[in-house]
Amino acid sequence: MLRDNVDTDTIIPSREMRSTGRDGLADGLFAPWRYIDADGRIEDPDFVLNCAAYRDTSILAAGANFGCGSSREHAVWALAEWGIRAIIAEGFAPIFHANCIRNFILPVTLKRAAIEALAGEEVTIDLAAQEARSAGKTHAFEIEREAKQMLAQGLDAIDLTLTQAPEIEGWTARDRSARPWVYLGGASA
Amino acid sequence: MGKTLFEKIWEEHAVAETPGGSTLIAIDRVFLHERTGAAALKRMAEMGRTVRDPSRVFAVMDHIVDTRPGRSDGTLMAGGEGFITETRAACQAAGITLFDVNDRDQGIVHVISPEQGIVLPGLTLVAPDSHTCTQGAFGALAWGIGSSEAEHAMVTGTLRMSRPQTMRVRFEGELPFGATAKDMILVLIAAHGAGGGAGHVVEFAGDAVTSLDMEGRMTLCNMATEFSATSGLIAPDGKTFAYLSGRAYAPDSFDDRHWQSLKSDEDATFDQEIVIDASAIAPMVSWGTSPEHTIPVDGAVPHGPDSVHDYIGLPAEAPLAGTPIDAAFIGSCTNSRISDLRRAAGILKGKRIAPSVKKALVVPGSLAVKRQAEAEGLDAIFAAAGFEWRMSGCSLCFYAGGEGFPAGSRVISSTNRNFEGRQGPGIRTHIASPETVAASAIAGAIADPRELMREREAAA
Repeated sequence: MLRDNVDTDTIIPSREMRSTGRDGLADGLFAPWRYIDADGRIEDPDFVLNCAAYRDTSILAAGANFGCGSSREHAVWALAEWGIRAIIAEGFAPIFHANCIRNFILPVTLKRAAIEALAGEEVTIDLAAQEARSAGKTHAFEIEREAKQMLAQGLDAIDLTLTQAPEIEGWTARDRSARPWVYLGGASA
Repeated sequence: MGKTLFEKIWEEHAVAETPGGSTLIAIDRVFLHERTGAAALKRMAEMGRTVRDPSRVFAVMDHIVDTRPGRSDGTLMAGGEGFITETRAACQAAGITLFDVNDRDQGIVHVISPEQGIVLPGLTLVAPDSHTCTQGAFGALAWGIGSSEAEHAMVTGTLRMSRPQTMRVRFEGELPFGATAKDMILVLIAAHGAGGGAGHVVEFAGDAVTSLDMEGRMTLCNMATEFSATSGLIAPDGKTFAYLSGRAYAPDSFDDRHWQSLKSDEDATFDQEIVIDASAIAPMVSWGTSPEHTIPVDGAVPHGPDSVHDYIGLPAEAPLAGTPIDAAFIGSCTNSRISDLRRAAGILKGKRIAPSVKKALVVPGSLAVKRQAEAEGLDAIFAAAGFEWRMSGCSLCFYAGGEGFPAGSRVISSTNRNFEGRQGPGIRTHIASPETVAASAIAGAIADPRELMREREAAA
């Protein structure tokens, strides 16, 4: 999928988001490209995820600014449900990138030439070593320390943040007197 | 060394560092809508978590609510009603203030938040909606997030963030006749790419920015997300405080010296600077399937990827003006405010849309905008011209599976996204200012609005 600016409307169109839940979205993944007829669910045999060789892939290779557009986390939920565990791209839109981390999909940023070399090959991604490997070639990638930790250990961000609840409470108490206009619920809120 | 406005807001909201090296940033306001907010509320309830301070969380029905007159919870989109009733129940359970379907203050989230004074200069505001950056027009740090992050913000009052870089985009000089805030942001994205702002918070500055009214500033900041920026913002000034004064959730006064400090210091440095000559900006229209595929209305289609030419059905080197259109849309969080409607109506007054235009909609950004427009007689102008006059909501900015444009339509649209299929399968979207949409609807083809605008001026 080596094209630029693949947007979340294409990854999961609004019309495929049928409930307030996070499940049942894989069926609508890439619906505009995957199906010749989306209503009848008639597959386009030329679309990469419909090819026998890539149907079970867990890694997606893409171009620049992947996941741009709508903030819908449904795009990431759909990819995860389909079985995607890592996306290699030249770059990611910021909201999509954050959504990936929260759902334990690894976003790997590499240069175009490296992605082209990896696309279609059998690729292993080593998160600990921060390397994508294929056919004897190794491509190093950067990832923020905390994101790496959360992915490797499957950490829940809310649980993690709540361990710092006393600091948040202390900050809020000080801020309440500095910026009273922020607090709309009166003294007790 | 001086600080940028972004740095001041960031530092003021930095609660603590995390062991992993990110920063806990305090979130002052959360806004939800029925499309993605419902998912966050549902998950929160499933996990047995509660909202830390419900008085600072708001919700609205805007995304899939019908815009037909006489609407109720029912939607043309199959299953849409479930989003609405679930959101309502969840807001009630959590104690969240909801702007419900037919509340007098209902509207598109980024239109009503300023109308209500919910966004304020210097605040952090997040919503599970990418166009939250719109509200940066008020000097707030406002950005879009996913549903999980919305849950995080509601439960903990913070987000875990890595500090973005800073960028300043200065629009120097005066906007020429016929050019608008919409054209400014499209010029930036066309020149620097749809990924050009990635990793940055963009401060918009320069004469052409400070000259904009608040509604124009919102249009400019609205599409910072189409530039892949974390957000966009504009330092507050007299116009900002005047706009917010007296709004329902705004403070009684803006006298505190805190408000005056909300600007980048003279000697602040940005990680990146872009300067654009505003005096050279013409009305812009998208030709392809990304906002970066945008050219002046009198330009010719450039050479792009084959897949883009195939989808949009326009060959390279073809003139864009004169391309027949089948439908027209005025609305969305980009261009649905009263000034947008006044300008479009100014062009449409006494005219009819071309018979070849099968569907033309005007969807006010809020019910307050709708009432104001009706008080000014704009609804009658639109109706006489052949536009349908709707209730407020996001409407056909995107196709949710209910109401759509006629199959195969080419649409001129005052919205923000011309993605493949955004407005429906196979629908080809050209984004532009409300003026250009109005002029094109009359012509039945993509048209330069300046000709009709000159005609008006000469007649006046």
